[in-house]
Amino acid sequence: MTSVPKTTNLSTFGATGSRKSQAQWRRVMRRFLKRPLAVIGLVLVVAFILVAVFGPLLLPDPNKQDFATLLQPPSLAHLLGTDDLGRDVLSRIASGARVSLLAGVLSTTIAMVIGITLGLITGFYRGWFDVVFMRIIDVMLAFPFLIFAVGLAAILGASLTNVIIALGVSQIPEVVRIARGEAMAIREQEFVSGAVADGARDFTIMARYIAPNAASAFIVQATVAIPGAIIGEATLSFLGLGVQPPMASWGIMLTSAQQFLAQAPYLALFPGIAIALTTLGFNLLGDGLRDALDPKEKR
Amino acid sequence: MTRFILQRVITSVITLFLASIVVFIGARMLPGDPAQVLAGESADPALLEAIREQFGLNQPIWVQYFTYIGQALTGNLGVSTRDNIPVAEILLQRLPITLELAGLAILIGLVIGITAGVVSAVKRGTFVDYVATGFGLVGLSVPSFWLGLLAILLFAITWQVLPASGFVGFAEDPIGNLRGMILPATVLGIGLSAVLMRQTRAALLGQLSADYVRTARSKGVTRGREVSHALRNSLTTVVTVLGLQLGALIGGAIVTEQIFVIPGFGKLIIDAVAARNYPILQGAVLVAVTGYVLVNLLVDVAYAYLNPRMRLSGGSE
Amino acid sequence: MRVLDVSHLRVEFGTEDGRIFAVKDVSFTLGRGEILALVGESGCGKSTVAMSIPRLLGDSNVTIGGSVRLNGADLSSLNEKEMQAVRGKDISVVFQEPMTSLNPAYTIGNQIAEVIRQHQKLSRQAAKARAIELLELVGIPDAARRLGAFPHELSGGMRQRVMIAIAVACDPQVLIADEPTTALDVTIQAGILDIFRRLRDTLGTSIILITHDLGVVADIADRVAIMYAGRIVELCSAQDVFSLPSHPYTRGLLGALPARAVMQGGRRRLTDIPGFVPPPTTDPDECQFAPRCPRATAECIIRRPALELVAAEHEVACYHPGPGDTP
Repeated sequence: MTSVPKTTNLSTFGATGSRKSQAQWRRVMRRFLKRPLAVIGLVLVVAFILVAVFGPLLLPDPNKQDFATLLQPPSLAHLLGTDDLGRDVLSRIASGARVSLLAGVLSTTIAMVIGITLGLITGFYRGWFDVVFMRIIDVMLAFPFLIFAVGLAAILGASLTNVIIALGVSQIPEVVRIARGEAMAIREQEFVSGAVADGARDFTIMARYIAPNAASAFIVQATVAIPGAIIGEATLSFLGLGVQPPMASWGIMLTSAQQFLAQAPYLALFPGIAIALTTLGFNLLGDGLRDALDPKEKR
Repeated sequence: MTRFILQRVITSVITLFLASIVVFIGARMLPGDPAQVLAGESADPALLEAIREQFGLNQPIWVQYFTYIGQALTGNLGVSTRDNIPVAEILLQRLPITLELAGLAILIGLVIGITAGVVSAVKRGTFVDYVATGFGLVGLSVPSFWLGLLAILLFAITWQVLPASGFVGFAEDPIGNLRGMILPATVLGIGLSAVLMRQTRAALLGQLSADYVRTARSKGVTRGREVSHALRNSLTTVVTVLGLQLGALIGGAIVTEQIFVIPGFGKLIIDAVAARNYPILQGAVLVAVTGYVLVNLLVDVAYAYLNPRMRLSGGSE
Repeated sequence: MRVLDVSHLRVEFGTEDGRIFAVKDVSFTLGRGEILALVGESGCGKSTVAMSIPRLLGDSNVTIGGSVRLNGADLSSLNEKEMQAVRGKDISVVFQEPMTSLNPAYTIGNQIAEVIRQHQKLSRQAAKARAIELLELVGIPDAARRLGAFPHELSGGMRQRVMIAIAVACDPQVLIADEPTTALDVTIQAGILDIFRRLRDTLGTSIILITHDLGVVADIADRVAIMYAGRIVELCSAQDVFSLPSHPYTRGLLGALPARAVMQGGRRRLTDIPGFVPPPTTDPDECQFAPRCPRATAECIIRRPALELVAAEHEVACYHPGPGDTP
C-alpha cells in the first residue's frame, strides 16, 4: 500500500484506544456529510419515516372504498389514482409505509437485541457454549430465509406480528456472527485486558468496553438489515403470507396490481417505486456510514 | 485439504440431522390434526383412531421421527393429501424446473455481475463506474417481484414479445421453454448480479491496492495484467458471495415462479401452504434444506480449491 | 558516470483532510555501481522518493514535480506505456514486505517468469531456465523444485530472495530497495545485504537503499542522504556520516545510537529525538528541524537553509553545521 505519511502521534486514535471519543464521532459525521450519495440516502430515509408517521394522519382513510371511482389513473383528486375498490392509492402507500417501517425496525430490533447479546456472550466466553451455540446457528442458517418464513407462516398463520417474528429470527445468525467476531477481536486488545486485570466483572467488560467499540459494526449491520426486512415484509405480503387485507402493505398492493396490470399499470408502479426508494435510501445511508466509519475501506 | 473437506462433510451431516428434527417438529406444530386431515372433516373417532394406528401417529414422537427419516432416506416422503400421489414423485417432477430457472439466473447473474464489477473497479471514478455502481445500488434496492411485474408489463403486455406465463417443458419445446424462462431468469439474475457486482468491485478494489499488485506494476506489466493478478485473488469473494446469495436466490425463485406461473418447486411450496397439503410442505422443505446445505458444502470446497493456501495445506504455516 | 539524476522532486498527496507534502524538494544523483542509502525516520518521505522514481505511487490524487533522469533521458516525459518498458527492466524495486509483496495465488516460478517474458522475447522454457538461474543467484537451494512453490510455502527471508530475483531478472541499471531487511530476522539480513553487494560488484548495478538502520548504512552504503520532513538535510559519503556528521539532526540520529553498535556494524533502530516530527500538511519557509534543534537561532525560522557544501562532496542544509557539540 502506498503509505501517506502519518501525521504526528497516532496513539490517541481509536485503533488501540478505548471508545471512540466525541471528536471522532464528529469526524465521522463530517466525512458522512461530505458524501452526496450518503446525504441523499439520509434524506430518503427521513422522508420515508415522516411519511410513515404523519402520512396516515393527514391523508384520507386508506380503506375507504368508493365504487364511483374504480381504477382511476392519477388525478388532482387522487394524486396516485385509485385501486380496484376505489381506494386512494396515495393513502394506501402512506399506510403501507407505516407497515414497512414497523416491520423493518421492529424485526431488526429483535435481531439486534438477541443477536448482539448472544454473540457477545459466545464470543467472549468461547468454550463449549460457543461450540454448541454455533451449531444451533448452523442449523438456523440451513433454512433459506423464505422457506423459513413460509414454514413459520404456515404454523403461526399469516399476520404482521408473525412476519416481524419471522424476519427478526431469520436475521439473528448474521448479527450473532458479527457480534461474536467483534467480541473475540476486541477482547484481545490491551484496554480490555487492562480492565480484566483491574478486576472488572465480565458483564461490565462486555457492556462498557466491547459493545461500544463494536457499535459502528452494529450500526452498519442495522442499515443493511432494515431494508432487507422491508423487502422481506413486502415479499411475504405479496405471496399472501404476511399482512392480510384490507390492511395496506406495499406487497399486497402489488399482488392486487398484478391482476390489473394491463388496465392500470400505475397500480404496480407506485408501490414498487416506494419500496425501491426506501431500500435505496437505506442502502445509500448504509454505504455512507460504512465509508465514514471505516475510511480505509474505500481506498 | 482432504481433512478440511472431511470436516465440512461431517458438520454438514450433523447440521442436516438437526435441521431435519426442526422440520419434523415444525410439521407437527402445523395447525390441524394430521389424522383428521387424512380422514376428512366428518370422520368418526373410530376411523381417526385407525388412521393414527396405521400411520404410527400414536407412537412417541421420536419413534415417529425415526420412522419418517428412515423412510425419507429410502425416498419415501409420504403421499400428497389431495391426490394420494407420492410426495417424492411430485418433488422430482417439480425440482428440475426450478433448477433450470436458478441455473439460468446464476449464469445471468455471474456474467452481468462480474463484468460490471470488474469494469467499475478498473475504471474507478469514471462515468462507467458511476453507471455500474448505480446499477448495483438500484438492483439491490428493487425487489425481484416488482421487477417481475415491470418485466411482464413491458415485454408481455406493452411490446408483446415474450410470454408472461405458460410454462412448457424443455423436452416438449426447447424454444418455447427458453422463451418462457428468459424473463423470470433475468429478473432473478439481476438481483444476484447487483450483489455480485458490488462485492466483486469492493474485493477487486481491495486487491488492486495490495502489495503484490504494486510488485506486478514494478515489473512493468500492463494494466490488464495487474488486474488479472488482483482478479485471481478476488475469485474467492465471488464464490463466497454466490454461496451467501443462495438463500436469497431460493426465495427469489419462489416469488418469481409465483409471478410467472412456473410450476416449479417454489410454487409447489406456496400452493401447499394455501391448500394445507402438509406432507408436500414437509417434504419440500426437507429437500430444500438438504439441497441448500449440500450446495453450501460445495461452495466451501470450491473456495478451498481456489485458495492455494488451503489447497496445499498439510504443512507449512 | 551518472546513471540516475533526481532533481527538485516534489510529491504531494491530496487527501480528504487536505494536502500532504510528502516530498518537498529532493535532488540527488546516483553513479554507476554506487549504493546510496536514503535514511530517516518513518514519515520523512524516503519511501515516497523511492516509489516516485519508477512512478509506483498508484494513487490517482498524487502530484509529482521535478525531474528524474535515467542516463540523461527524462523519465517524467514518458507516458505510462513507455514507463512500463522501463519498470522491471531498467529500474526495479524490492519492497519492504516480503510477506505480502508476492501474489499468493501464483507460483514463484510464474512470478519470476512474468517479468522475464515481459521484457525479453524468451520462450516459456528459456524463461524457466533463467528463473532457475536467478533463484540460484539469490541463494535459494534446490531452485528447480522451488519454482512450483507458492509464496506461503516459503519463509520471509526466502520470499525476499525471490523478490530480489524478480527485481534483478532483467539486469536493471538501478535497483531500489525499500527497507528490504526491516521485516526480517537479523540473521537473515546479512545474507540479503550480501546479495546486493554481489550484484553491485558483478553486474555494476546501482542501488538506492531505503533504510532507517544506520548499521545497514555502515555495512554497505557508499553515500548517504539523510532525510527529514520531506527534504534531504545532509548528503555525504558513508564514512563522513559517521566521522563528520554536520547536521544537528544527523548528529541526533547518531547520538541515539550507542557508539559501539556503530563500530561493530551492529544493527539498531533509530530512537526518537525529543520533540515531534512536524506534520507534513504544511511547507513553511523555515528549517523544520528548528523546534527540536539545540542550535536553532532566529535565522532558522526566517528562511529555510539550502543544501550547501561544507567539505568535498559533503552537503548540509543548516546555518550552524559542524561536528562539534556547540556551534
